[in-house]
Amino acid sequence: MNFASIEFLCFLLVLVAAYYLAPKRAQWVVLLAGSVVFYAFAGVTSCLFLLAVIVISYVSVRLIGKRQSACAAWLSEHKELPKEERKAYKNKSKKGNLVIVCVGIGVLIAALVYAKFVSGYFGIRVSGAGISFGAYALEIMGISYYTFIAVGYMLDVYREKAPVQKNFAKHALFVGFFPQLVMGPISKYSDVGEQYFVPHALEGKNLYTGAVRVAWGFFKKLVVADAIAPAVGAIVAQQRSGVYFLLLCLFYSIRIYGDFTGGIDIVLGSAEMLGIRLPENFNRPFSSKSTAEYWRRWHITMGAWFTNYIFYPLSVTKSMQKLSKWSRAHLGTAIGKRLPVYITTIVTWLATGLWHGIAWNFVVWAMLNCLVLLVSQELEPLYTKFRTKFPRLHASAPYQTFMAVRTFCLMALIRVFDCYMNVPLTFQKFFSVFTTPNWGSLFDGSVTSLGVSAASFCVIGVGILFMFGVSRLGKDRPLREKLWERPWLGSFALAALVFLVLVFGTYGLGYDASAFIYGGTFN
Amino acid sequence: MKKRIFAVVLALVLLLVALMLAQALLIPSRYDNREGHLLCGYEQATDAHDVIFVGDCEIYEGIVPAVLYEQYGITSYVRGSSQQTVWQSYYILEDTLKKEPDVKVVVFNVLALKYGETPREEISRMTLEDMPWSLSKLNAIRASMTKDESLASYFMPILRYHDRWSSLTAEDVKRTFAKHEDITHQGYLMQTNIVPVDPTDNRKPDALIDSALPARSMEYLEKMCALCEQYGAELVLVKAPTNSVKYYWYDEWDAQIVSYAKEKNLTYYNFVGMDEGLGLDWSRDTYDAGLHLNVYGAEKWTRYIGDLLVTNHGVQDRRGDAALDALWQERIDRYTQEKQQGEQTK
Repeated sequence: MNFASIEFLCFLLVLVAAYYLAPKRAQWVVLLAGSVVFYAFAGVTSCLFLLAVIVISYVSVRLIGKRQSACAAWLSEHKELPKEERKAYKNKSKKGNLVIVCVGIGVLIAALVYAKFVSGYFGIRVSGAGISFGAYALEIMGISYYTFIAVGYMLDVYREKAPVQKNFAKHALFVGFFPQLVMGPISKYSDVGEQYFVPHALEGKNLYTGAVRVAWGFFKKLVVADAIAPAVGAIVAQQRSGVYFLLLCLFYSIRIYGDFTGGIDIVLGSAEMLGIRLPENFNRPFSSKSTAEYWRRWHITMGAWFTNYIFYPLSVTKSMQKLSKWSRAHLGTAIGKRLPVYITTIVTWLATGLWHGIAWNFVVWAMLNCLVLLVSQELEPLYTKFRTKFPRLHASAPYQTFMAVRTFCLMALIRVFDCYMNVPLTFQKFFSVFTTPNWGSLFDGSVTSLGVSAASFCVIGVGILFMFGVSRLGKDRPLREKLWERPWLGSFALAALVFLVLVFGTYGLGYDASAFIYGGTFN
Repeated sequence: MKKRIFAVVLALVLLLVALMLAQALLIPSRYDNREGHLLCGYEQATDAHDVIFVGDCEIYEGIVPAVLYEQYGITSYVRGSSQQTVWQSYYILEDTLKKEPDVKVVVFNVLALKYGETPREEISRMTLEDMPWSLSKLNAIRASMTKDESLASYFMPILRYHDRWSSLTAEDVKRTFAKHEDITHQGYLMQTNIVPVDPTDNRKPDALIDSALPARSMEYLEKMCALCEQYGAELVLVKAPTNSVKYYWYDEWDAQIVSYAKEKNLTYYNFVGMDEGLGLDWSRDTYDAGLHLNVYGAEKWTRYIGDLLVTNHGVQDRRGDAALDALWQERIDRYTQEKQQGEQTK
C-alpha cells in the first residue's frame, strides 16, 4: 500500500476509528491487526520475510532473556563463591548469549543480503520512464528497516539495555508496526516499545497535529517532490550534461528531500494520530553548517543505528584496541590515535552504503561522505582558529548562510550518484560542468522540455518557499503545535493544505486534453 | 471547545465548497467536443419509447429516431456513446429498462463485442460520467475501470482532472457557469459532412489473431439477453453498415454471432455489404471515408430498420396521438433545421 494514496488514507481513518473505539487494553491488538492488513498488501513473499524476521528475533531474544535470567538466578544463589568464579560464570553465559545473538543477526543479515540481490537494489532507480524509489517498488517491502529494528533490539537485549518482550504478538507489533515498515524510522525498543502497549485516550491534539503532519507530508511529496521528479528522470534519461548536471543536483535534492521527509511526515503523523511518538528522522537537514551536522540531522535514526551498533562496538573491540596500541607505538601518536577511528569510520560508512544497496554507486557515495567527514575532522583545528580570529564574521548571518549553502551543495553533489547508478557516468557528467558547461541552454527553453511545465515549476518554487517558511517557523517548536493553540487559524490552515494537495498534487493518471477527443482518433 | 468545533466545522464546509467550485472548473467541458455528452439528454426525456438502440458510434451516428417517428410512428431513443463497451451498454440498458420497463424492442449493435476490456480510459470515462448515479452506474464503473484508475475519482472527479489547473483559461470559467443544451436528437448525433470512401484504397484488414470474440463481452451479451427477457423486450442484434478496413467486421465474428443468435432464438441483421439493399452510396453517405454514416446514410439505414421493426417485430405506429405527434414534430423540426444548417455551412 502506497503511503501517498487514497487507499492508505481510508485505511488510516478506519484504523484510527477502530483504535479509539476498541477497549483500551486491546488497542495494541488493533495496531497489530492493522499492521498485518497493511503489510498483506505487499504480497505473500514480503509477509513471509517479515514473519521470518519476527520469529528469528523473537526466538533469539527469548533465548538470551532466559539465559540472562538463569545467570542472574545462579549468581544470586551463589553469592558465597569467589568473585573470579562468579565472573567466569557470567562471562561464559555472556559468550553463549553472544553466540545466539550472532547466529540470529547472521541469519537476518543473510536474508537481507539475499533479498537485495534477488529483488533488486534498495534505493532509487532512474530509467527512461522516470525516477522511482526502490523502497516503494521492492518485492520485499521495507526489509532494510524492520531487519534493522529487529537487529537493534536483539543487540539491546544482549547488552541488557532493553527488556525482553515475552509476548510474541507484542514482539511482532514492535518489529512490524505498519507506519515504519516502508521508510523507517528505525526505532529502538527503549524509545517506542512500551508506547505500543499502553492505553491511549482519544486526544484532539494528537488527532489534529497528526493529521496536519500527514497532510504536510502529502504536500511535500505530491506538490513538490513528485512534481519535480520528471525533470530528474529526463535529465538522466536524456543524458544531459554541463549545467544540467548542476540542475540535476538541485532538482534531485529537492526531490529526495520532499519525498523522504514527506514520507516520514506521513509515517510520524499517522503514528501521532494513534498517540504514538516515533523518533524524528529529520531535523531541518538543509540548514546544516557542516557535513557532520548534516548527518546528525538527515535520516537520524539510520545514523544513530550505525553509530550505536557498528561504530561504537567496533571501536571497543579487542582487535581495534590492539591496533590502536600498535599504531601508537609504531606510527606515532598523531597517526596512531587516528588510525583506529579512520578504520571504524570507513567500515561504518561502507556498511551504510551497502545498506542502501549492493551496488558500486552506493559504495562510492558512502566513501565520499566518509572522506568529506574525515577531512572536515582533520581541518577542525583550522576552523577553530578561524572562528577564534573572526568570531563576528563567523557568527554573521551571511557567513552562516554561506556555510549552509556550501554543505547543501556538497551533499547534493555526492547524492547525485543515486541518480545515474553508474559511477563512471556520474564522474563524466560531473566533469562536463567544466568542459562543456553550455550555460546558454538554461535560457533557450530546453529547461521546459524536461517534462515539467513552466507553471509547474512556479508551483514547485512556491512549494519550496512554503517548506522553507514552515521549517523556519517551526524552529523552536513544530508549527502544527502552535496552530493547535489557535483553533481558527489551525482549522483553516489544515483545510487549505488539503485543498492545495488535492489541486496541485502530482497524482492520478494526468490530464491530456487530446486523449478525451474521440472523433477521428479511435482505433 | 465549542469554538474549536465551530472552527473545524466551518473550515470543513469552506473546504468542501472550495473543492466543489474547483471541481466544477477543472472538469473539462465536453460540450466543445461533440461526442462528449451523448447520454445525458435521456434523463430529460419524459415520454415512453417502444424501441431502444444501444451501442457505440455506429449506432448513435446511424439511427435517427426523428426519421423513425416521422415515417413509421416508432418512438425510439438511442443510448449510445463513444466506444461504448458491451458492459457499459448492459448497465446503461439496465438503467433504461428500470425507467422504461415497457420497451418492446432493444436493438444492440454488435461491433463492441470485439472488446474484451476497456480500450481507452478517457473515452470510457466520458460514457461513465454521463450516466446518472445509480447501482448500475457503480457496476458499470467497476466493470470498466482500467488498471491505474481509482474508484474514488468517479465520486470526486477532481482527483482525475486536478492537473488541468495549469491549462485553465477564462473560457473554462465561462463554460462552468453556462447552460448547455443536449446536442443529440434523441441520442442521434448528426454528421452532415461528406468524406467519400477512397476507391483507390486497396488496404486489407489486419489478420485476425484470435477469431473468437472475447469471453467477457459474450458474457455481457448473455446478461443483456437475460435482462431483455426479464422485461419482456425483444433483443435484436445488428451490425451497422461500414466500408472501411479500420472497423472491419470479420466473417469469423459474424459466424459466431449468427450461431449465438440461432442458439438464443434472436434476430441478427448484418448490414455490412448490404449497400444495394440499403441504397447506400459510399461516395456521399459517409463523413469519414466509410467508417461511419453521415446524416444521409443514417437516414437510409434508419428507414430500412424502420421497415424491419414494423414488418418483422410488430412495433406499433404511435402516430395519431396529438400530444405525442406535437412532441415529436418539435423534434423533427429541430432535426430538419440542424440538417439544413449543416448543408448551408458546407
